[in-house]
Amino acid sequence: MSAITSPLAETTGGWKLPYRGTVGMACLIIAESAIFTIFVVAYLFYVGKSLSGPTPREVLETPIFYTVCLLSSSLTIHFAGRALERGRRAAFLLLWLLTIALGAFFLYGTGQEWHRLIYEHGLTISTNLFGTTYYSLVGLHAFHVTAGLIMLTIVLLFGLAGRVGPEQFRRVDVLSLYWHFVDAVWVVVFTVVYVLGR
Amino acid sequence: MSSDAIAIQPAEAAGRPWVETLHEWVTTVDHKRLGILYILYALFFLVIGGIEATVIRIQLMRPHNDFVSPQVFNRMFTMHGTTMIFFVAMPVLFGFANYLVPLMIGARDMAFPRLNAFSFWLTAFGGLLLYFSFVGGNGLYGAGNAPDVGWWAYAPLASRAFSPGHSSDYWTIALLASGFGSIGTAINIIATIISMRCPGMKLSRMPLLAWLNLVMSGMVLLAITPLSAAQLMLLVDRYLGGHFFDTQGGGSATLWMHFFWIFGHPEVYVLIIPCFAFASEIIPVFSRKPIFGYPVMVGATVCIAFVSMSVWAHHMFTIGMNSYANSFFTITTMAVGVPTGIKIFNWLGTMWGGKIQFRTPMLFCIGFLFQFLIAGLTGIMLASSPFDWQLGGSYFVVAHFHYVIVGGILFALFGAFYYWYPKITGRMLHEGLGKLHFWLFLIGFHLTFDLMHIPGLLGMPRRIYTYEPGRGWDTLNFLVTIGAFVQGIATLVFVANLIVSYFKGKKAGNDPWDAWTLEWSVSSPPPVYNFASLPRVASRRPLWDLKHPEDPDSRYE
Repeated sequence: MSAITSPLAETTGGWKLPYRGTVGMACLIIAESAIFTIFVVAYLFYVGKSLSGPTPREVLETPIFYTVCLLSSSLTIHFAGRALERGRRAAFLLLWLLTIALGAFFLYGTGQEWHRLIYEHGLTISTNLFGTTYYSLVGLHAFHVTAGLIMLTIVLLFGLAGRVGPEQFRRVDVLSLYWHFVDAVWVVVFTVVYVLGR
Repeated sequence: MSSDAIAIQPAEAAGRPWVETLHEWVTTVDHKRLGILYILYALFFLVIGGIEATVIRIQLMRPHNDFVSPQVFNRMFTMHGTTMIFFVAMPVLFGFANYLVPLMIGARDMAFPRLNAFSFWLTAFGGLLLYFSFVGGNGLYGAGNAPDVGWWAYAPLASRAFSPGHSSDYWTIALLASGFGSIGTAINIIATIISMRCPGMKLSRMPLLAWLNLVMSGMVLLAITPLSAAQLMLLVDRYLGGHFFDTQGGGSATLWMHFFWIFGHPEVYVLIIPCFAFASEIIPVFSRKPIFGYPVMVGATVCIAFVSMSVWAHHMFTIGMNSYANSFFTITTMAVGVPTGIKIFNWLGTMWGGKIQFRTPMLFCIGFLFQFLIAGLTGIMLASSPFDWQLGGSYFVVAHFHYVIVGGILFALFGAFYYWYPKITGRMLHEGLGKLHFWLFLIGFHLTFDLMHIPGLLGMPRRIYTYEPGRGWDTLNFLVTIGAFVQGIATLVFVANLIVSYFKGKKAGNDPWDAWTLEWSVSSPPPVYNFASLPRVASRRPLWDLKHPEDPDSRYE
């Protein structure tokens, strides 16, 4: 035989499998959920077990405004993806930028809260068990927001360079899946830290 | 067709500078090359981990021995355990998964080739970092170099106060790096199997090897991550003054044990399930029968994966849990025996009435089958918490889990080497040397690990540096060490066989075993692109259909 051929019959159509990017991101989300679960378990296990103050009841304030910011960024990124799918690139870029702004705003809120806790209440990661578990759990989430913002910004830069079109919408959807996950984790962290933990 | 594919490669390779070849291997994203890199890397660490085991055994050969100092002894068993689990067993199984899964499901590569390379190099970097501790672990304290906290690194042993210097940090960061590598590979394997199957390769037609690696990867996602999380907490404790596992600050040492074993027990199944996969491919081919009970095999594997997630605290009976926890973990642990037993009966059912060919891969698989059964039985014994209170932390436990890891995992793995070596290199491993390897290793294995149960029953604790004479342990320990040397020699025979056969072995051709899965339809070694045109399958044994058009399997589906 001159050409290299498989001994088996040639492919024909009608065979469709899920997009690998979505599957990969779903797997990453499962793995990340397990990591967060361990941190949440540690937080709940140590609630009220600190040997010294300050306690959550004394120092924590519920960050409702920043929570609303982060959660609404899930909406903007969803509509950004739909806009891209229909080829409306200007709308996509605007909504994408809004998502980044809302995410950055949330991050600023976390930073402000940490600044207040450290400088006004003297609570650091080594002060007591509350400090250790609080900064670890909220910090792990903030790290994921930061990683998400970096990836969103890269897409934004490509978008501004005119390189993101409707043909990339599935890839953009994979990234927005990650962003939805970060938001969902915040719902859990919020419940655990600001509702159950006080 | 195959001869063309083979002919191209030597012609290209001839006369090229070695730097170029090296560059190609370092920058490769080809799943076959990465698979080979994983396997070679694991073999390298197998030798190192084996040397550490030998040092441990020489030290324990006779009472009051002082072959190494107590400090070095602690480092040896810590490094032996860590190396063998994270840098031998995991990489070698990922290597085989990387090499075989795309070929078996008719794909040209993994779903994410660059992630694949990234994962491999993360794992490789982790291993190097762990061993760099011998050089760089001293810190400013003169506190000893390599990690010496045991492979569990129980709190508070791993805290700053009791583990000064950097040795524990090397352990933590090495495991974090390789853990992220493992998660990357697991994501890749799952995405490959879900999204890259060739036309007609329905989930119900997938080779069991692909199925079992899918389940294994799912377990990696859920089992390795708790360890990574716990390692992050340990780093917070050690570097930022946190109190997660600091009992002085209200933290809990028990919590570390829970987190570690939530990883640690599923990890055993992460390692053994790919070995079940090897057995499920090799036993049918050498029994000349299709696998018995394919759907039940898949179901039993998924069942093992689920149940094994809720058995971890059977490692912790001796810390004193309440009776509800003890009962729960006793029952769940015993329950794992049910799906495992189903699998053993299915392999026996495959062999029953078959025309069994006793080639080397089959010999290793038969060894695996019976030794794994015995390992499972001592596992059931230890699952009973009152029995465990007596023998937890004794050499009985050491003998039990080495029976699983060596008698089960390593035997199946050797079988896989003999079975797929012809596909990977294009040459057969020497059958005579293979049989010598098998019998020597079998004798050495039983000498070491059968006898090791007895000092455990007589009360010899694990991890002791030395012992008093006259407790009935002396002769047994001496024989155990002899057995370790026999296993060492057998492994050298294996390595020699790998090297000699690579140059002098018989040419394998496409399909030396007359097997039925897709990897045997391409040349040996397979071309870079695997399949010139994507195959289309109509049954679980596509090559059977091809070889027997008058009576294809697809007729009965």
